[in-house]
Amino acid sequence: MDLLEKDLRDLGRVRAPDGFADRVLVAVGIVPAGVDAYTALETPVGVLEVAWTGEGVSAVRRAQGRDHFERWFSGRLGRRVVRVPEPPDRMVGQIADALAGRSPRLRFDLAGLTPFEQEVLRKTLEIPRGEVRPYAWVAREIGRPRAVRAVGTALGHNPIPVLIPCHRVVRSDGTLGEYSMGGPEVKRDMLRREGVDAAWLAELAAAGTRFVGSRTTHVFCLPTCRYAQRIGAANRVPLRDEREAARAGFRPCARCRPALVS
Amino acid sequence: MGSERDAELTDELAADLAAGFESMVRVYQHRMYAFALAMSGEPADAEEVAQDTFLRAHTALRRYPVDRVRQLKLNAWLHQIALNVFRNRVRRRSLRLVPMEPELPVADTSPGPEARVLSRAALRELANLVSGLPEHQRAAVVLRCVQGMTYAEVAAHLEQPEGTVKSNVHRGLQALRRRAGGLSEVG
Repeated sequence: MDLLEKDLRDLGRVRAPDGFADRVLVAVGIVPAGVDAYTALETPVGVLEVAWTGEGVSAVRRAQGRDHFERWFSGRLGRRVVRVPEPPDRMVGQIADALAGRSPRLRFDLAGLTPFEQEVLRKTLEIPRGEVRPYAWVAREIGRPRAVRAVGTALGHNPIPVLIPCHRVVRSDGTLGEYSMGGPEVKRDMLRREGVDAAWLAELAAAGTRFVGSRTTHVFCLPTCRYAQRIGAANRVPLRDEREAARAGFRPCARCRPALVS
Repeated sequence: MGSERDAELTDELAADLAAGFESMVRVYQHRMYAFALAMSGEPADAEEVAQDTFLRAHTALRRYPVDRVRQLKLNAWLHQIALNVFRNRVRRRSLRLVPMEPELPVADTSPGPEARVLSRAALRELANLVSGLPEHQRAAVVLRCVQGMTYAEVAAHLEQPEGTVKSNVHRGLQALRRRAGGLSEVG
């Protein structure tokens, strides 16, 4: 065999470009194992890129273009992601429900995140629409009361914002804190859509009010707790902290768990 | 490509199309891409031709009865589809799409006893030279020398007598040698 024929054999050993097989499989509707699929969805909060696996939704980003999303995704989660024309119908319905605050059935795939991040995000999922919780609340609820800063970091790196509502976690001083989807202004808008008035939260904090108690039930709540919203103006008692609440004979609300039961 | 492996793949395809198809794509992707690259000379075209080949294969596999799937000679079958895809493209190509970001092909350096492997640029140049051959020579040279088929196999694919294939390969190689000039020194 002469040189040219060797060269031609080399040409026969050329490798297909990275991701070629995945693109072929996705084009016929097969999502390969170990690869997340994603697509762009138009939602009431803008165009979002949403990735998922068989387990559930794995990532959400504000759409900034294909390359951007794919690079970010593999950097953040260490897996490959392939664009598909459309997501499964069932998932679209579930995402719409979750965005509208209707009993969310949406499942999530948190693989690739640390156990701590997973705990923080699962706890954050419990915060109902229209309510907020302090970072310290999340830290305490997952049994890591001193890890407030780490909770903030974990939420700042939430790979599934909007659907895992990290925008519902705010600072104890009444300011909203950072938001990975575009800063405090976007966070304020997200909360306003859900019926939370950020200005009101700031006023409460400025007045030193962290909890609200009810003179009729002797229960105290976080201000946005649905039970707190029901307290009539005449029976409403602003409270500074747990100690003041305890002295006045208030028990913590079992729903919003404003403080550890002592 | 081992026929034993092909038999495993066709069994898998017959049992479970999605799983079998995934295996087949993973096994054959490089081979079909290499074929498409040698035929078209352009990485962007090569990816399209190779992808179309698999898409058509998938459409066909969905229609074929299980017995027919089991008897497929995958290597030959996929090459035949690729050849058709390529011919159809050539036929309808009066306007060309501008490739967005052509990726340079990478030679697999692992197999083969020959230490000398062409650089990416040289491979691309070679693919370009090959794709410049007249079609009857090109298909014969690519199937025989790039894809390593026997003359009998190539003859069956091109539906030509073996003698014609041999002379086309011979003339194709001569033309390449004339045009290649210093190419071999690039590697």
